[in-house]
Order: sequence, then C-alpha cells, then structure tokens
Amino acid sequence: MAREPKNDPTDRLLSLYEGMLTIRQAEERLKALFADGEVPGFIHLSIGQEAVPVGVSASLGPSDTVASNHRGHGHALAKGIDLDGFFAEIMGRDSGLCRGRGGSMHVADVSIGMLGANGIVGAGLPITLGSALAHKTRGTDAVAVAYFGDGALAEGVLHECLNIAALWSLPMLFACENNGWSEFSPTDRQMKASLKDLAAAFSIPHVEVDGNDVEAVEAAAAECIAALRSGAGPRVLECRTTRVRGHFEGDRQDYRSPDEIAGLAATDPIARCRARLAELGVDAGRVDAIGETIDRRIEQAVANARGAPEPSFAAAAADVYTAAEG
Amino acid sequence: MAETRYGKAINQALHDAMAADPSVILFGEDVGEAGGPFKATRGLQETFGAERVRDTPISEAAIVGMAVGAALSGLKPVAEIMFMDFVTLAMDQLVNQAAKARFMFGGRNSVPMVLRTPHGGGLSAGPQHSQCLEAWLAHIPGLKVVCPATPADAYGLLRAAIDDPDPVVVVENKALYALKGEIDDDPAAVPIGKARIARPGRDATVVTYGAALHTALQAADALAGDGVDVEIVDLRSLQPWDEAAVLASLSRTHRLVVLHEAVEAFGIGAEIAARMADVGFDELDAPIVRVGAPFMPVPFAGALEKTYLPGADDVVAAVRRTLE
Repeated sequence: MAREPKNDPTDRLLSLYEGMLTIRQAEERLKALFADGEVPGFIHLSIGQEAVPVGVSASLGPSDTVASNHRGHGHALAKGIDLDGFFAEIMGRDSGLCRGRGGSMHVADVSIGMLGANGIVGAGLPITLGSALAHKTRGTDAVAVAYFGDGALAEGVLHECLNIAALWSLPMLFACENNGWSEFSPTDRQMKASLKDLAAAFSIPHVEVDGNDVEAVEAAAAECIAALRSGAGPRVLECRTTRVRGHFEGDRQDYRSPDEIAGLAATDPIARCRARLAELGVDAGRVDAIGETIDRRIEQAVANARGAPEPSFAAAAADVYTAAEG
Repeated sequence: MAETRYGKAINQALHDAMAADPSVILFGEDVGEAGGPFKATRGLQETFGAERVRDTPISEAAIVGMAVGAALSGLKPVAEIMFMDFVTLAMDQLVNQAAKARFMFGGRNSVPMVLRTPHGGGLSAGPQHSQCLEAWLAHIPGLKVVCPATPADAYGLLRAAIDDPDPVVVVENKALYALKGEIDDDPAAVPIGKARIARPGRDATVVTYGAALHTALQAADALAGDGVDVEIVDLRSLQPWDEAAVLASLSRTHRLVVLHEAVEAFGIGAEIAARMADVGFDELDAPIVRVGAPFMPVPFAGALEKTYLPGADDVVAAVRRTLE
C-alpha cells in the first residue's frame, strides 16, 4: 500500500481515502472472522483511528521505521505490509508474516521498516528511539515513528524516551493517538499532565491535530517529518481521535455512556474524507469502486490464508536463535 | 602471551570490535567521558568519538530498548547496565522484546545486541548492588548468557557476543575487574556454548563459572594436599551451556559438585544437576551436590557477606560428601 506521492490534490485525497478504507475493511473483516472463531486470541481494532497512520505514512519511505502498539493493524498496513501475510498471520497460518508465532499483537516486517506491533504498552517507544539512533549514527535522513496511545502517557519509559530523543536530537516522531481511553478507563482519570506539558518539559515541539481529519494529519505529519529529516530533533504529534470499538473485541464497553457511543459515527474519518471528495466533485462511482477493489483483495487474502498450512512446530522451535552459519 | 587485567581485556575487546566494524556502538550510564563505573570503557570515547560511545541518562528501560531498536535497524549495539541488580528496570525490553523479536517475527530477522552487566558480591555493595541474577536470564528462550572467569575469556566471550546475531548478556563480575591473567597477543573470540577444563583431575568434578572458578581452584589445591584430585569445568557460557563437556567430565570422575555464587535454590546449578541426574545417571557414584549462596539477600557488612559467599571450605566439604 506504499503510495507514490500524488501532486494533484484530488488524487492525493483519493490515495489517503484508499489507505484508510483498506484498514477499515481489513479490520471489519477481522472482526467478522473473530466472531466466527477463525481468528483466535485477542484482537484490538483501530476502527475510527485510520486517519492517523495513513496521514503519517504519506510522508514515510521504505527506509523509515515505525514501531507500534497492541492496536497496530492500521500502522502496519499503512507502512505497506503485505496483505496476504497480514491476514495469514492473524489467522495463525504458516504463510503469515511471522509464521503464526506472533498474531495480531506482533505483526511485523522489519524488512520494510515495520518493527512490530507490541503487546506491552509503551514498549515500542524505546525500540523506536534505538531505531532513530541507528538512522542518525548511520548518517541517513531516515526517521523513526513511534505510534502510541494516551494510555502510554503513564508509562515511565515514555518519559525516558522523550528525554533522550531531545537530549540527542534524534529523528523520532512521537505519534500519539489520543482516543481518551486507557484500556477501560478514561485517561483524564489516570493522567495529571497532558502530552503537551510533557513535550514542553523536554523542549520538544508539540503539534496537536484533529486526528480524524486525514488531510490535517497528513499536513501536520509532513511538517514534523521534514523537521526530523533536516536534523531539527524530535517532534510530538498528538492526534485527537476516536476509538469506536472496545479495548479488545468482545469488550462490551458498558463503561462508556450511551451518548458517547451514539456520537461516534459523526467523527468517522472515512465518512469525512468521502464527503470532502464529493465536494471536490469526485464521482461517487469512482469512490465506490475503490472499496470494491479493496474487498476483492481482502477476500483473496482471507482465501489464501484459509488454504495455507498450519505453522510448523519444528520450524518455530528452530527459530528461537539464529542458526549457526555453515 | 601477555598479562592483562580482566577489565582491560573487556576494554580491548570493545576497542577491537569497534575498530573492526563501524556498526558497533556503545552506550550506557557513564561509559563515555567517565570511562565506565569500573573503567571498562576508558578511552573508547576519545578513540571512537561521542557518536559511537554515548553516555546515557539513568534510564535502564530506554537503554535496553534502544539496543533492541538499533539492532533491528542495522547496528550492533553494546549496551551497559551498571549493576546487574538494575536489569530489573529493563526486564520488559530484555525479556519481552530482545528475546522474542526473532521468534515472534517469524525468524526473518535477528537482534544482534549485547548487554554487558556486572554481578557479584565481595565488595560490601549491599543487597541492591551485589546480586547474581543470571538464572533469570538463562531461563528466557531467545537470550544467550555468558559469564567469563578470566581475562582471556572476558576478551574472547565479549568478541563472540558482539559477533553473535542474537541478543547476548555478558555477565561480568565486579570482584574480577582487577584480576590479572594471560592473554594471547592476537586474541580470538571464544565460542559461545563451549566449556573449558580449568583443571584436569580424576576423583571428582566441580562445575562452575565466573568468580566462583577461583574459589573452586583454591578448594582443589586444598584437596590435592589430601590426595584428592579434582577436575574443574569452567562453563563460560550459561545459555547455551556445554552439557557434553560436563557429561564427559562426569564420565571420568563419576562425582559431581556444582558451584556458583548465585543463590543455590532454583539456580543454574539446579538445571545442571537435574540434567546430569538424567543423562549422566549411569555415571554417578554419589549424589550430585550443589554449592551456592544461602536463600537470603546479599548482606552489606563484611562479616555477614564473608559468611554469605560460598567459600573454598564449602567446596571442599561438598567434594568430600561425594567421596563418602
């Protein structure tokens, strides 16, 4: 899904729309597969948050790196991860990106700079920091992006990373998806300081953006990432967004008010993008065709995963360590 | 051959690895300008520059996490945790990230990082600066753990660790940094997973590692005076450990003592004893005896710590038990 930069504003918006819709439709499909028992374990959906990774990834290339969290499907897909390998992994098949050893919370492809979703809140941050250190040490203009939620604001390691990134002027983007929820609790009951306050404490420029407006995210991220590439040091990009589903699939969300849940649809970044495309005069049929193409691609990925063999236990056991050469 | 100190051998290994490979970088608390808390990194920042030898803040989780991220992004980081006790602050990054990033990502990438950290008592450093926690790490699939006892092995195992594609924890011993020993003029890496016969003998085998090797050697000298000829196996690597070498020694002596400075209960010695009771059952002429620290925190006061640490007398008594 890595997209070529588009100069025409309509083409660019269509490309962002396609990116978001790919994530949405992939997760809707995962939701159904989970309900049918074809996806085991836990899955955490990012429905409602798609504008963030798509807006950020519009400024990323193959040598840039990202690390993600438990709600990481969108981050992986926006970085350009292979759709077949993505579905096969989450469905626990040998053809999965991680050969069925990681699942939804560990989707990764280091070869394209996707350093892994992560099951531990905040854990992707120091990994991103080290990746940014590698980019700087090697003298490239690559950047490293950590996606994290507002729940991670309370993790001590975030504070360590903000400090070191600022101290060493590392090319690291702290991309926060602030959806207001720290798992099952509102973040304002868990966190005294704001991310803006934390960024200021370490003299890191902080940009806040409507995280459900993909054009706004794209523009803000482009500015931040250009600063990183110029050696200006880290940036914090705080995207206000919306978690539509529960913390994990199966979470009934009875801790959220009915009013809040009723209002979620109005914040949908994809509906907003579609309305904007209509304003720009894009034909509805052309927009619909994008969704149909994605659906066909997803159904093919699901069919491929269903037809793929179960993972090999022997191969898994042999991959704990790197095999000796020769 | 030349004589060098354990700490200097580590310094030389780091120097040689950095000179040989520009992707090797060092970071940790006070490793740069100050030359490291035990001076193991002295002079390296002057030689290789502040970009490759970085002083970090006191942020252990970030230090180890950075090593993971840098290793996944083309470098070979060598991170330092000032005292092994502080690894507690970095366990998520070591256990959940470094150890699993190869397996969990389908075996398509490796994590070529090294974590250096000193363990061990004897310096009255107290309960939070003296612990031997290596059994925790040896218990984690995906980590390798080595523990050199001599200057030559401090050099060779560290070079092997830096060359290794997987995360390796190099456990040094604070009491050994000043230890002198012979090292080759052109020293080589020591393969991970290979033990060494530190003293050949016929009557009983003592398997050990790290600073306890020197305790075992003292005990062997004392027993030799009574006509008991002890063979000492220095494991050098704890994960993987050289089961074949231990079994071969047991097959010669038929008696086995396992010695370490770490707490005896649930330790490395328990694993070795259990394996030898299984694969070496027919070779055993006596029960396997473990010698380790008692099940208590490392105490501060000199008199307490001296009693706490396993001594040569304890090893002598253990060997005698196997000969009863």
